[in-house]
Amino acid sequence: MPLLGYIQSMVFFSVPLGKLVRRVSRLRGGGSALPGLVVEKIDPGFMRRTLTTLPHGVAVVSGTNGKTTTTKMVVELLESQGLKVFTNRTGSNFTRGVAAALLGEVDWRGRLDADVAVLELDEAHAVHFVNSVPPRYCLLLNVLRDQLDRFGEIDKTAQLLQHIAAKTTGTVVLNREDPRVARIAETLTGQEVKYFGLDDSLLSTFPNDDDMRAAPGSPAPADLPEKPAADVVLRAVGADSAEFEYDGARVTTAMKLRGVYNIFNAAAALTLARSICGGGAADADHETLLQALSQVAPAFGRGESLTVDGQPLDLVLVKNPSGFRLGLKSFPAGGYATMIAINDNYADGRDMSWLWDVEFDSLREGGVDQLTGSRAYDMALRLQYDDVRIGAVDTEIAPALAAFIREAQGKPKRIFCTYTAMLAIRRELSKITRVEVVS
Amino acid sequence: MSQAGAGFAEESKGTIKVAQLYPRDMNIYGDWGNALVLQRRIGWHGYTPELVEYNVGDEFPEDVDIIVGGGGQDSGQLVIQDDLQARAGVLKDLAEDGAPMLLICGLYQLFGRFFETRTGAVIPGIGVLDVETHGTDERLIGNVKVSTPEFGEVLGYENHSGQTTLGSGVRPLGTVPKGTGNNSSDGHEGARYRNIVASYLHGSLLPKNPAIADFLIRTAAERKYGTFVPGNPDDRYAELAREHAARRPR
Ligand SMILES: [Zn+2]
Repeated sequence: MPLLGYIQSMVFFSVPLGKLVRRVSRLRGGGSALPGLVVEKIDPGFMRRTLTTLPHGVAVVSGTNGKTTTTKMVVELLESQGLKVFTNRTGSNFTRGVAAALLGEVDWRGRLDADVAVLELDEAHAVHFVNSVPPRYCLLLNVLRDQLDRFGEIDKTAQLLQHIAAKTTGTVVLNREDPRVARIAETLTGQEVKYFGLDDSLLSTFPNDDDMRAAPGSPAPADLPEKPAADVVLRAVGADSAEFEYDGARVTTAMKLRGVYNIFNAAAALTLARSICGGGAADADHETLLQALSQVAPAFGRGESLTVDGQPLDLVLVKNPSGFRLGLKSFPAGGYATMIAINDNYADGRDMSWLWDVEFDSLREGGVDQLTGSRAYDMALRLQYDDVRIGAVDTEIAPALAAFIREAQGKPKRIFCTYTAMLAIRRELSKITRVEVVS
Repeated sequence: MSQAGAGFAEESKGTIKVAQLYPRDMNIYGDWGNALVLQRRIGWHGYTPELVEYNVGDEFPEDVDIIVGGGGQDSGQLVIQDDLQARAGVLKDLAEDGAPMLLICGLYQLFGRFFETRTGAVIPGIGVLDVETHGTDERLIGNVKVSTPEFGEVLGYENHSGQTTLGSGVRPLGTVPKGTGNNSSDGHEGARYRNIVASYLHGSLLPKNPAIADFLIRTAAERKYGTFVPGNPDDRYAELAREHAARRPR
């Protein structure tokens, strides 16, 4: 068979086969990656063909912190503009996961009924993906110290993001406030570059890894280059509102999202959505964009508010020093009972060094009522060196959580937790009390 | 939990000055924790801590009693390289004179004779320690347990791709029952020379290994005041953190 005919026949062969594998693996209760793997193996061009022919192409969201919530925001913003969006909702953010998700959506001829694909990409797998599917847009959020025991070095992560930007054919959206991300602009030649940014008054709430130093009075690094103009700037954050500036005007909108860092990512999502819709006010309907933005709820586990025994209980995911610092700043301790749950499973990162890059002074006044997780005593030691009062310590999460809820009865509660600790806490909460999800 | 065995109200036994080397460029994986622990424990022992930072281009601080330095990205190592060479004399004099120093990861390497990168480029060190380091493709990552003659069991976390071999002028900090340490063949971790403790271990190292912190403080006090009168720091959490850390998988 001539090569071209062989390739054409593959389209009709691989999609039905992949769909079949998908159905079989579902029946067996299998994971989502197997059918994707099958299609990848027999028809490597499947994903590229299907995705790059979408009217608005592919947009990828990457960076160390906040990918999931930001991707969700971009999708909801675009849907508010009437676009049909394909996304990797399963949280399976690898190439095969994307292929598997695609198989669930395409028709039997391999066509995807969507206007645009918005994909969350893990830095570790993004390179392979963008090499086979060059995106039209990319949004690069940040380069933070996140499970470096897996990825090696911060600079290497920045290089991975740079590679995504280099493979992007249209618009690259960059975080103006993260030097490692902003610097990527210098390496680009053909792409349009847009930035999202922060008001100077909010900068202090966003430490980056270069000025994470805890020592008071430590001088700021000298000669910062002049900042480029940003498409969307987050100007102010209120209790449940935010003020953005774009197209030369300031707009205040209600926000369901909590935590300054989530709201900064809203500025990122807005910038990307505006790019995809064609930029200026003429192309996107800003009433509906803002309406959609105000309705976005956090993705699973990233700053949720539950109700337990008639009192609010906030779960704040902390997985790296910047995230922990932002969590402490975004959710002031006053009036709250506090618990911290630190696990060191593989998904949390095994290295506990990061706890020493966070200052806990803000907890000094109220203390911490309960510590738990496999590294509860590392956390206790850390708090001791910051003069923070420690209530009880129990490495077992279930009894620790029960004690915390019992002791803090009638008080609003907040739990800072690593990823696997959060999973365990949610499981326990659903057992010991009726959990009502507020947002 | 009460913090200070010897209360802050009592008269200070004297000042101990800690200099942190290059915190702006060589400060990752909790290196700050080592400086913080020295600062606090000096206070808990009844002395007055003074913490100074030394960054590229600064005037080198006078009358330093303890030096502590950490690791960095490759870019950080490039930034400090010339400045470190310019300070080689003063650092070598301090080392030979018995000043206590803690050198972690990147600065452990650069206090050695040289670092040869994977591509064969040679970055000169300052030769305070008789060690040499070779960059590799292999990244040594995970929890580490070190058996040492001086400090008992030392616990921490390693994350490096440079492999260090010791010359005859230094001795290892200890042997490695869990983890890799200096390199993937010798089975030992870190280096000891005069009053220098050099190690690949993050964690941070000093919080869970107060014996090393107190060695640095005692040596500094004896060197400056002739004697060291210890306080009574409360190390219950450190002991529990050590117990649990020792049981965690690699
Ligand atoms: Zn290191």
